[in-house]
Amino acid sequence: MGGSVGTPHRGRSARAVGAALAAGLLLSGCSGDEDVPVLTWYINPDDGGQATLAQQCTEESEGAYQIQTSLLPADAPSQREQLARRLAAGDNSLDIMSLDPPFIPELAEPGFLAPVPAETEEATTGDTLEGALAGAMWNEELVAVPFWANTQLLWYRESVTEAAGLDMDEPVTWDQVIDAAMEQNKLLGVQGTRAESMTVWLNALVESQDTSILVDPEARAVDLETNFDTAEGEKAADIIGTIGTEGLAGPGVASMDENQSMLLFQGDNGSFMVNWPFVWAATKAAVEEGVLEQDLLEDIGWSQYPRVDEDTASAPPLGGINLGVGAESEHQDLAFDAIECIVQPENQTEYFITNGNPPSSESAYDDEALEEDYPMADAIREALANAAPRPQTPFYNEISTAIQQEFTPISGVRADSTPSETDSFIVEVLRGERLL
Amino acid sequence: MTTAPETSRRQKRENSGSSQPRRGTGKKSNRAKSEARLGWLIAGPAFFIMLSVTAYPIAQAVYDSLFSFRLTAPDDRSFVFLQNYLTIFSDVEVFWQALGVTLFVTVVTVAVELVLGFGLALVMHKALKRIRGALRTAILVPYGIITVVSAFAWYYMFDINSGFVNNWFSWVPGIDSDLDWFANFGTAITIIMASEIWKTTPFIALLLLAGLAQVPDELVEAAKVDGASWRQQMTRVILPNMKAAIMVAVLFRALDAFRIFDNVFIMTNGSANTEVLSLLAYRTSIGRLEIGLGSAVSVILFICVLLICFIAIKFFKVDLASGTDAKGGK
Repeated sequence: MGGSVGTPHRGRSARAVGAALAAGLLLSGCSGDEDVPVLTWYINPDDGGQATLAQQCTEESEGAYQIQTSLLPADAPSQREQLARRLAAGDNSLDIMSLDPPFIPELAEPGFLAPVPAETEEATTGDTLEGALAGAMWNEELVAVPFWANTQLLWYRESVTEAAGLDMDEPVTWDQVIDAAMEQNKLLGVQGTRAESMTVWLNALVESQDTSILVDPEARAVDLETNFDTAEGEKAADIIGTIGTEGLAGPGVASMDENQSMLLFQGDNGSFMVNWPFVWAATKAAVEEGVLEQDLLEDIGWSQYPRVDEDTASAPPLGGINLGVGAESEHQDLAFDAIECIVQPENQTEYFITNGNPPSSESAYDDEALEEDYPMADAIREALANAAPRPQTPFYNEISTAIQQEFTPISGVRADSTPSETDSFIVEVLRGERLL
Repeated sequence: MTTAPETSRRQKRENSGSSQPRRGTGKKSNRAKSEARLGWLIAGPAFFIMLSVTAYPIAQAVYDSLFSFRLTAPDDRSFVFLQNYLTIFSDVEVFWQALGVTLFVTVVTVAVELVLGFGLALVMHKALKRIRGALRTAILVPYGIITVVSAFAWYYMFDINSGFVNNWFSWVPGIDSDLDWFANFGTAITIIMASEIWKTTPFIALLLLAGLAQVPDELVEAAKVDGASWRQQMTRVILPNMKAAIMVAVLFRALDAFRIFDNVFIMTNGSANTEVLSLLAYRTSIGRLEIGLGSAVSVILFICVLLICFIAIKFFKVDLASGTDAKGGK
């Protein structure tokens, strides 16, 4: 009996396996691209723009390569962790990587990134904005290719600035912003959470006083010195501490990231906000969906990042993504060819319109199509021209984490003690004398 | 009335009576040898696999902890012997604080869980047969939820921006829409511990239920006949007879609680002075990519866990084999 039952089963199983094999062969035969090298592009999360570009450049390569995307974690430090681990382990699947600029030196210094060929450099950086280009360099060499650049603007509610009598066509200072919010009992949209955004804010405040956080970013760990314990460091801490102690960022400031500060700004108590341009597209979308009133959109204005000192131009934060190639990649030449395709100015324009991430190429802003979706495109270009990158050092992660620990919660920041404590904390951590 | 010490003595006599003849012969019978061989054949592969997947990483971590080694600076790797440990032990603000918070969370959560778990075990034990299955399932639901998911649920409940707790409980003094639970140590650690307690109390309840089931009914009946009050039955019959189960539950939960990570990582990521040892090890090894220093923190965490085991087994006489056949060989 067992045999009579077993035989048909075995027969069916054999037929099923045969059919599956045949289907597999058929499918692989149909695709016809088994000889085409596959490039893996590790992308940061976006609205699908990088996947579209991968598809587009695959088609444009006419069979020279095929780009497939692989998603990295949501936040920049987690992206760095994953990429650094893989690069250190010699993972050869890292053909193209979307890299956050501050973390590039740490990957470039040990030789984890393939050198950018001269012809790629020539083809891709001819009209790159200065700040974006600086973020792709290490030891005076281009180690990644600028893809898109980001910066922050000062967003304001016109009703508030009018009541305060501020002329927003002229540069405004942090003191003016703070005073206007205090007088009208309104709240400021800043990023007070313990995250990378804290370093972004502090760096912009220090750079806006013509000073850098580090004396020499390229120094060895044991030789690194900071500029925190200076008048500029104290002024930066004073601004952050005042907003914190006066409760000007609302009760939820300790967990307020870019998105939360946008929601605060959109609320009844919103007045000013420093934030990336994504807030415009997000607010517009919320109005179109009926979640927010049209009046709100009409009440929103934008200008350059606030100054610290009224006579010194502000240095807005610089963000964005650069594209690097893994040193262990087996298709480095093809990867750089693909990068040349991806970063074409027209692709950057399209990526800005569809995904809200501003171009790093100057000529990409010339497209008139931008004006309709992003009426502040010129302001963004101007901000990018003045933007200052965060310190380009292999020890950026330690420095940023130490800043986040010392400057949060912002209600505890004191101008007379926090900068000097941060200075000694960073120095001791980098010398291996303390934990972080 | 039969009291616990008497029962215990009787059990000891029974145990020694059954095992003495074997010890006396000094030789194992063929059957015993064959059983021992079978035992090794069955458990041996698992034992060696477990040893290889745990011993190797532990040895590697101990070795790495003696080096100054950063993953992104492989050429700068150097042997520093115990320097990493000196750095860690001399850091009051980070290491000792993290150790203090970890111990605080361990002691408070285990104590609360023990009380609540015992209550739930009693309810499950005494519940009517008709609802017993449903009741046990309901009580075990939190334990079936992945810790990260539970941590997010608690986080979103109390988050000042998206949480409903501030709104629902605004009538409670001290709670209003401006209360940021995760901005201060007191409130943040309370939520972290509450989440931990909610999630793992069923585990303790389950272990205690097994202990309750082992208390012979005749002992309780005899105590009742002798006129013992509920409290006397509890303190002089049930609890003493459950001592082994209670100690096993405490040990297992203490080891688990000492390695707390998910709740802190999700809710505060160590801000508001809520950093714990596991998070410190993670941030140092994975975040900073400082393999040497991070390995040293991990080794210290491992030694702390060993110490808890040692103290529990040696000083509190926890018998991990209690209630199984392993002890008496029966």
